[in-house]
Parts: sequence; C-alpha cells; structure tokens
Amino acid sequence: MSAPAIVPELRTEVLVANKVSMVFGGLRALNEFSIDIRTGDLQGLIGPNGAGKTTAFNALTGVYLPSEGEVRVRGERVNGKRPHQICSLGLARTFQNIRLFKELTALDNVRIACHHTAKAAWLQAVLRTPGFLREEAAITERAEHYLSVMGLSAKRDEQAKNLPYGEQRRLEIARALATGPSVLLLDEPAAGMNTREKADLMPLIRRLRDEFKLGILVIEHDMKLVMGVCETITVLDHGITIARGTPEQVRADPRVVEAYLGAPAAEKHA
Amino acid sequence: MAIVRAWAPIAIALALLAAVNLLLPSLNEDYRVHVLLDVGINVMLAVSLNLVNGVTGQFSIGHAGFMALGGYTAAFLSIRLAAYQLHGIPDAVSQGLFLVLALVVGGMVASLAGLIVGLPSLRLRGDYLAIVTLGFGEIIRVLIENTEAVGGARGLSNIPPWAGFFAVYVGVFVTILCSRRLLASTHGRALLAIREDEVAAEAMGVNTVGYKVRAFVVSAFFAGIAGGLYAHYQTNLAPKSFTFIRSIEIVVMVVLGGMGSISGSVLAAVVLTLAPELLRALDQYRMASYGLMLVLLMLARPSGIFGTREIWELWPLRKKSKPDADRELARPAGSP
Amino acid sequence: MSEFFQHLVNGLSLGTIYALIALGYTMVYGVLKLINFAHADVFMVGAYTGLFSARWLRGENNEDNYARAGAVLVISMLVSAGLGMLIERLAYRPLRARPRLTSLITAIGVSFFLENGAQLLWSPDPRRFPRLFESHTYFIGNTAISSMQIIAFLVAVAMMGALQWLVFRTRFGLAMRAVSFEPSTAALMGVPVDRTISITFAVGSGLAAGAAILFGLQYPRVEPFMGLMLGLKAFVAAVLGGIGNVPGSMVGGLVLGLAEEFVAGYGLSSYRDAVAFAILIAILILRPEGIFGRSVAEKV
Repeated sequence: MSAPAIVPELRTEVLVANKVSMVFGGLRALNEFSIDIRTGDLQGLIGPNGAGKTTAFNALTGVYLPSEGEVRVRGERVNGKRPHQICSLGLARTFQNIRLFKELTALDNVRIACHHTAKAAWLQAVLRTPGFLREEAAITERAEHYLSVMGLSAKRDEQAKNLPYGEQRRLEIARALATGPSVLLLDEPAAGMNTREKADLMPLIRRLRDEFKLGILVIEHDMKLVMGVCETITVLDHGITIARGTPEQVRADPRVVEAYLGAPAAEKHA
Repeated sequence: MAIVRAWAPIAIALALLAAVNLLLPSLNEDYRVHVLLDVGINVMLAVSLNLVNGVTGQFSIGHAGFMALGGYTAAFLSIRLAAYQLHGIPDAVSQGLFLVLALVVGGMVASLAGLIVGLPSLRLRGDYLAIVTLGFGEIIRVLIENTEAVGGARGLSNIPPWAGFFAVYVGVFVTILCSRRLLASTHGRALLAIREDEVAAEAMGVNTVGYKVRAFVVSAFFAGIAGGLYAHYQTNLAPKSFTFIRSIEIVVMVVLGGMGSISGSVLAAVVLTLAPELLRALDQYRMASYGLMLVLLMLARPSGIFGTREIWELWPLRKKSKPDADRELARPAGSP
Repeated sequence: MSEFFQHLVNGLSLGTIYALIALGYTMVYGVLKLINFAHADVFMVGAYTGLFSARWLRGENNEDNYARAGAVLVISMLVSAGLGMLIERLAYRPLRARPRLTSLITAIGVSFFLENGAQLLWSPDPRRFPRLFESHTYFIGNTAISSMQIIAFLVAVAMMGALQWLVFRTRFGLAMRAVSFEPSTAALMGVPVDRTISITFAVGSGLAAGAAILFGLQYPRVEPFMGLMLGLKAFVAAVLGGIGNVPGSMVGGLVLGLAEEFVAGYGLSSYRDAVAFAILIAILILRPEGIFGRSVAEKV
C-alpha cells in the first residue's frame, strides 16, 4: 500500500549542488557538478568506474570541501561544514562497504543515529535527571520504531557483526532513517546482493521515499536497479556530467553508451 | 539499576581483596591497608583511562601525567589549607571539606591538561596519538621535577594525611558510577560509535571531535582525583612515581580487562596491583617478567578478560543475550 | 666562528648516529605500521655484543686494530639482526591482524623484557666500551675533529648509502616498498611478505647495532637503559623526516643532531634533551606526516 505521490507544490529542494568541482593537486576529479534533489525525488547517479561518483558523494556529504561551487541542504549552504552538522541539517547516507558499529547491537546502532537530537549534557546523564531519562526513552522508542520499519525488531539485541549481509544492509538504512533526514543518499545499496535481494530493494527504496517524504539519490553500478527505480538519472564520466534524464533518455544517449562501452559500440547503437 | 551495576564490580573486587587478605598473614595491618588503598587508586585510574582507550578507542598512554597533576595540585593546596581552622566545625569534617576542595581543584587542573592533550587527537590517529600522549606525560613529569615550589626532584612531603580507606573507596565508587552512567547513555553510545567507526559516527550526527576531547577531559579529571587521593594517604609525592612506566601499567590494566569493559578494568586493576605483592620473592625479576607477561598476554588473549562486555553479561539473568541497564530506564510505562 | 664549526662537526657526528637508529624505526613502521618500541633495546644489545666480542677478540697485545674493529662491527650487526628477526617472528607476526594497540603493548613488553633482562644478566652498572683504535685529533682553526669522528661519520654514511642502494635499486627494496604501500596487493603480486618483513627487521636492527658501535666508540658508557633516551630521539628524528620514509630518516637524524648540538652549545645545555621533545610536539602539531611524508587521507 503506497502513500499518494507528493504534490509538485510541496516538493521543496532538499539537496542542491551548484557547479561543484573537486580539484586534487592538478587533477580535476569533479567538474562543475550540479544536481537538484527535491522531496519525493528518486534520482540516480551512475558512471563507469573512476567517473567521480564517490567524489561527488563525498563533496555532497561534507567529507570533502568543494574546491569550487556550493552545496545546499534544505536551502542552507553547507560548504565547509562538518559531516555531523550536515547530518543535523537533514542529510543522511549509507556506505558502499557497510559501516555499521560492529560490536554494538542493532538497537544501539540505530540509537546512535538519534544522538544528535539529544540535548541533555554529560552531567545530566551522570545525574540521571528526569529530562535525561525522558530523552533516553524517546531515543529508544524512536530507534525501535525504525528497526521495525526495516523488519529488524527481532534482531534488536543482536550484535551488528552477527547479522546476515542482507540484514546488515537494512540496518544501515534503518540507521540512516533514524537521523531524521530530508534527503537520503544511498551509496551502492545493491552491492553484494543476490538477484532476489536486489528485486526486493527496488520497492523498498520507493517505499522509503513515499513513507518518509524523502528525496533519494542512489549511486549504483547495477543498471537494472537504477533504471528500474530512479526517475531521473545523472551520468558522470571523468568528473563531467555527460547526460541527465529519464532512464529511457539516458539509455538511448550515445554519449552514455560510449562512456560505458567505448566508441565502436556507440556507433553501433546510433 | 545503574547503582547496582556500579556496586557489582566493587563487590567482586572487595571479595577478592578479602580472600587475598586471608592469604597474606605475613604482612602487617598497616601494609595491608596500604595495598588496599593502592588497589583503589589503580581501579580509579584504570576505569578513567578505559573511557578514552576502551570506550572511545583512542590511544592514550600518558595517564600518569594527569594523576601527577591532580596529586600535586591537590597536595599543594592542602598543605596551605592545613594551616586553617574552620570555627565551630569539628576537625574531621573540616579536613574532609578541605580534602574535597583540594581533590576537585586537582581534578580540574588535570582535566585542563586533558583538554590540551585531547586537542592533538583531532588530527592524529593511532600510534601518533600514543606518542603525543606519552610525550605529554613525560613533559609533565619533567616540569614537576624542575619546579622547586613543589619540591622538584626531591618530591613534596608533609602532605596532610586526610585520605583513608573511606575516602579512597568513595572515590572508587564515584568513578565507577559516573563511568557506568555515562556509558549507559546516548553519550556513551556516541563514544562507542567513535571507537567502532569514526567516519560512520560522524556521518550519523556525532560530533566526533568534540566528543573525543570531552572523553580526554573527563578521563583526566578522574585521574586527577585519583592522584589527589594518592597524595593524601602517601603523604609525600615524588615525580619518579609518575613515569611512563606507570602509564603503561594502567594501559595494561585496561587492555587486560577488556577494552570498554568497566568491570574488566576493575578486575584487572585489582589483580595487577595484588600480583606483585604476592610475588614479593621474585622482586628483582619483576620488571623483566612484567615485560614477558605483556607479550604473552597479547599473544594469548589480546581482547582481554571480558572483551568488550561487562561481567554481568557473561551470565545473562534473562533470556535476552545482552541485558541492558538503561532498557529498564528507557522503557515507556505500559509497553510490552 | 670556530665554535660554530665545532657544533657543526659534533652535530653531524651525533646526527648520523640518530639517523642510523631512526632508519630502523622508519623501515619497520613502513612495512608494519608499528612503532617498534623494542628497537632501542636492540641497539643496546648491539652495544653489549660489541663490548663482549671486542674482549673476546683481544689478541695477545692489546693493540688497536682496524680489522678487529671491523669484525666487532660485523658480529654486532649480525647478532642484532638475528635478534630483530627473532622478535618479529615471535612477538609481532602472530599479532599482525590485530588492532594496533595490541602490537604496541607487545612491543613495550619486549622492550621492558630486554632492558630488565639485560640488567639481570649484565648488571646495572655501566661498563666502558673498549677503545678499538687510537684516535688522533686534528685541528682546523680552533675546531677539533677526532679521527674517530671522521671514521664513524664515513662508516655511517657508507651504511646509509648501502641502504639507499638496497631500498631503491634492488628487488628486495622494491618488495619492501611494495609492502609498505599495500601489503595485501603486494602479496597478490607474489611478493613474499613474511620474508620481506623479516629481512626488513634484520636490516633495521643491524643498522642499530652499527650505530651502537659507532656510538660506543665516541661515548663509551654502556648500560642496560642506554637505549631509552637515544631511541626516543631517534624516533623523533624518524617522525621529523616522515616516518616510513628512508631518506627522510637520514635527514631527520642530521637535523635533530645539529639542532641538539646548537641548542646545547649556544643556549641552555640542560635543555638538550628537551630539544627532541619540542621538535616532536611541533612536528605532530604542525605537520604530522613529517618533512617528506605524504598525508594519507582515509578512503570513505
């Protein structure tokens, strides 16, 4: 049962990159990258290996300071802000190689994502003030909610390292959701998944977008997934945006084909 | 619930001490008390260091420096306070008040040093951070050695003997309680997240920089208190008690007990303080065998006695695999 | 002015000793990312080995003999190389997959063991390193240079040159550098990682022993804890040059030696040891990767 699609007027911009470039030494890893993600968007970012997708991702999430250009989250400029500040502003992400807190339980993994909502100071934690206790209860309740959203309630006390791979991926998503984002960046969410898991992933991503009123950006290699779930796709090659459009448009674009398969294949396609 | 959890390690430690006490008939009363006091101090040091090394996953090997700062500051203050008398208040009480004042001031000075040492942690990882903390510990010691006002290399003596069994073990209890409460809170979880994966923690909204520094500051505070208590029962201090070897001894207690485990740190502190006493006869081989023990320990069980868990997690009372103190606290009324 | 040159001479002399020891730290850090706390004690064992082998080789006449000095050097270097390899094999290799704090503590344990073991075996009293050959003092203006200093300097430079050749012009050196960069990839490419690491330890420890002999000739006091201060300073030199970087350690050693001599000579001699600390703090705060190091960003 999916929620109704979001009315265009309510689609506020959640993540905007404006001509962001990343220059490392003499290398221009990313060149004037722009993207506009709004509430309810399901966008994809693809490109061959080394195209600059991860660089773009890191520039958007505050891991890199943009050499040029501007990134805005919910309208607020975030150039130079630390990742944790950007998270508080409404941007959440998952990691390509799952980065869960391995020794901690599933519940704790998600509770940490709720940490930035807590206002109680260390002293209050030590004194166990009523305010602190209320916040702790709220955090636990919130974390348990997101665990159940991702179907992981039964595993709440299981250490993250003991979870099967698919559940670990879902836990990462639960964790990202628990930060309360407006925009969610998924870094190769299908990596390491088998066909059935990938097939389950697509409706899951759509559901996340609908239920949580998010804008979602997916970086992926798996073409079927991206073409199947994303509404707008941006294609990078050597740091440059070579195409942007619907899956059908991108699929047919000769420049995209050339980037992936080389020039002769593009000719064959044209 | 946290209070019960805080008592558990102490109860076990005291039981252990009582047992050992019975096994050491040859030692006289005073000496035994002295050993127990040393145990208490080491427990405080290990538990406080555990917050930085075990919970937050940083490499701090200069803890003796914070202990020294706290001890010397408290002692310096006490020596001057001892000359005063508060009217109408019995001596014991005024001494207690002065002691608390001296300890707190000592703790704050130590935590200031913790701030200074914590700052490099923002840019340095692993081994580099270890070296900086080691360096700071040594610098503090060298500075003390060259400061005549606190006795220099000769040491500081005539410190009023205001700390006894009660004072030290109150300190132990407070340290364990605060540590436990911090760990079982969102702040403790944030620190654990930093240990597990700093990049992910930052991405999930944890201010890793601020928290790492804070861990250093709080840890140093309690080390300073421990140093202050140490000063007030030893009644004299010498800089050579605070060498890098002392820091290593505390690090070993944390590692032996299991990184992040409070009960582990307590147990390890007790065992490692008592062991040399039991092996008095082998005293000249002490350091060499200590070195050998370190190597064997790391080869055999690098994750320590308890790994990352607490002692109560080894015997789960309920069916759940990890009973959690704060679940009781956090569970909203009426929910299943 | 002659004072300046005197400090220069002494600084270079001292600096080459620091450099040789620093090389051991840097090479081990390069391949294992481990600060080998026990390195300074391997240096100490090298000094004692030199002392004992010099006695053992003493001929009928107690005369100075370059051949004997050479033999002492070689013996010490071989013994220390063996010791280094043994330590690596027994204490470090089993812990390679473990978090670094574990190896750090093991290294400290080995260090304690060696120092206190030496104290038990050979008594804590300082001994005198034998004068293996006569030293003549030459004067350039008012600056005194002893032949001992010259020979030590030349030997040290020769050793560093040999190492430079080894690291940058041989297959072994290539293997060593490959392992420093990326051990798993090196293994996949067929580099015998374990053996490379073993030999790295051997070379580093051998150089430390060489430094010990050269040091002993100029500052003949040998005692179980002699490695402590020197090791710390050499470590600072390695960090200064960029730990993991071989030419960096050589430069770092010379810079530290010179800095120490000049501060002690012109400034406050009681702060001699503090120079190393000050440089360490400054480097770690300003440029942790050292002069020649490259800062490695973590891959997200």
